[in-house]
Amino acid sequence: MLSMEKKMKRKKNTAEHVIHGIFLILGLITVASVLLITIYLVISGIPAIREIGLFEFLLGAEWESTAAEPKFGILPFILTSVYGTAGAILIGTPVGFFTAVYLSKFAPERVKKMVETAVSLLAGIPSVVYGLVGMLVLVPAIRKLFHVPDGASLLAAIIVLAVMVLPSIIKVSLTSLSAVPKEYEEGSLALGATPVETCFKVSVPAAKSGIAAAIVLGVGRAIGEAMAVMMVSGNVPNMPSLFESVRFLTTAVASEMSYSSGLQRQALFSVALVLFVFIMLINATLNFLLKRQKER
Amino acid sequence: MEHKKSRAGRKIYGMLMRFLMIASAAVTSLLVIFMIIYVLCKGIPYITWELISTKPSYLSGKIGILPDILNTVYIILATLLIVLPLGVGAAVYLTEYAKNRRIVGIIEYAAETLSGIPSIIYGLVGMLLFCRFFNMKTSLLAGACTLVIMNLPTVMRTTQESLKTVPQGYREGAFGLGAGKWRVIRTVVLPECIDGIITGCILSVGRILGESAALLFTAGFAHALNGIFEGLTSSGATLTVALYVYAKEQGEFEVAFAIAAILMVLTFAMNMIADLTGKYFKKRRNA
Repeated sequence: MLSMEKKMKRKKNTAEHVIHGIFLILGLITVASVLLITIYLVISGIPAIREIGLFEFLLGAEWESTAAEPKFGILPFILTSVYGTAGAILIGTPVGFFTAVYLSKFAPERVKKMVETAVSLLAGIPSVVYGLVGMLVLVPAIRKLFHVPDGASLLAAIIVLAVMVLPSIIKVSLTSLSAVPKEYEEGSLALGATPVETCFKVSVPAAKSGIAAAIVLGVGRAIGEAMAVMMVSGNVPNMPSLFESVRFLTTAVASEMSYSSGLQRQALFSVALVLFVFIMLINATLNFLLKRQKER
Repeated sequence: MEHKKSRAGRKIYGMLMRFLMIASAAVTSLLVIFMIIYVLCKGIPYITWELISTKPSYLSGKIGILPDILNTVYIILATLLIVLPLGVGAAVYLTEYAKNRRIVGIIEYAAETLSGIPSIIYGLVGMLLFCRFFNMKTSLLAGACTLVIMNLPTVMRTTQESLKTVPQGYREGAFGLGAGKWRVIRTVVLPECIDGIITGCILSVGRILGESAALLFTAGFAHALNGIFEGLTSSGATLTVALYVYAKEQGEFEVAFAIAAILMVLTFAMNMIADLTGKYFKKRRNA
């Protein structure tokens, strides 16, 4: 009798162990995916870099992948991605920052709700729709306004990206601004500062890690965006210049992948690897900032 | 002290900052309004019954987007079917089982990393891994598998959030009655966190609807009309990919805008449903 009970208990225990094991495996799938992505990109990205040479690959100024004597220099892509992202952040950050401050500290409840809904709608619009609108509104407008032969340019990409990073910047800054303790602000107001002064000299500095995280998140979004940029930037591997057609790291991968082969295809994997390295650096910065904000 | 400022200076500073804030908020709102009105006005006139109920035909030269709509539905269903057990399971492990804080930290860091990786990289790795290595070819199923990895962090996070709100007393009560851990999770904990799971699903559907870069090389561009099982094993464009192809490669802007309008409406619907379910469950919990 006793031994049977023991047996049943043991059986139950084994079942629990098995279930625990299954959940552990499910939990580790995310880790496995990250490792898999990293390993795949490194393995498929290294051969072309080896063949071309690291410096020639990263610092080469010419990309002629389909020429008889192909050249694989991705400096134009790297610089375009960096300039494009910097431009988008330069435009998007002030607008996003001031909107977030307004929403968190000054806007009446109803206005706040409405603008917040609008921002989440903006975040939900698919990137191809941004691309389409950019293609038909922005590109012709740039062509007419600045009298350039083709409006599909770095400038068009920067503007589209600036709009696309707005929601991330607003949402994350808003969260960290709302988390500033009320006592800070009350103390400042009691000392005679106006609401505006309190907001910009007390609340904003208190939320600065969170706001920095918002900007870094925006950088990540901008540098990783492919489709919208592909539709408005003209997609020619020029060195970056505001009114010329350019090609980003992301669009370099997307545009040649379907017809590439051999070394050209391997070089595309290497481009993706470079992009991945950028993204990982940005992610690490983001995590660091978010952790610091939490510790406050 | 240099901090002492004249009264007029302080006033100007206050007004300037107020102006900048209101102007920024106005710019943001106007952008949204412009996008909505422009796309809907340009798109809705071209949404006809013929467009959404036929497939493209070379004979009559007409374009129909029924296959793309179906492909989108198939890929959403397939993705959710795979991502739900994985994401919910991972969340259950993190909140109910994991004792080692290092492992929890690593898993959460991995999830953060996954949500920061751009979709074009998912597309590339999905192509290498699912289409080539697992030999799925360019198919909706390969696309769905790629989307599973992309949406795993979302489902995991929302489930985890709502698992944390399940009162500890529920678990203790069930344990006290002699239930095993798995039984407690299955009968007490999971039913309580259904709202987080549903929110995760809605967010994922929204993301899948808008996804294009990850699907270009994994799911392909075909516009064939298929049933769900044939569809999953063959190449097919979702609505977003179809929009891209029609706008960029074929210059069919009317169709592109029609699809864009449909996508916008669906995105808003998803936003509203997510809002409403959130409110519904909050009410039910408080009641």
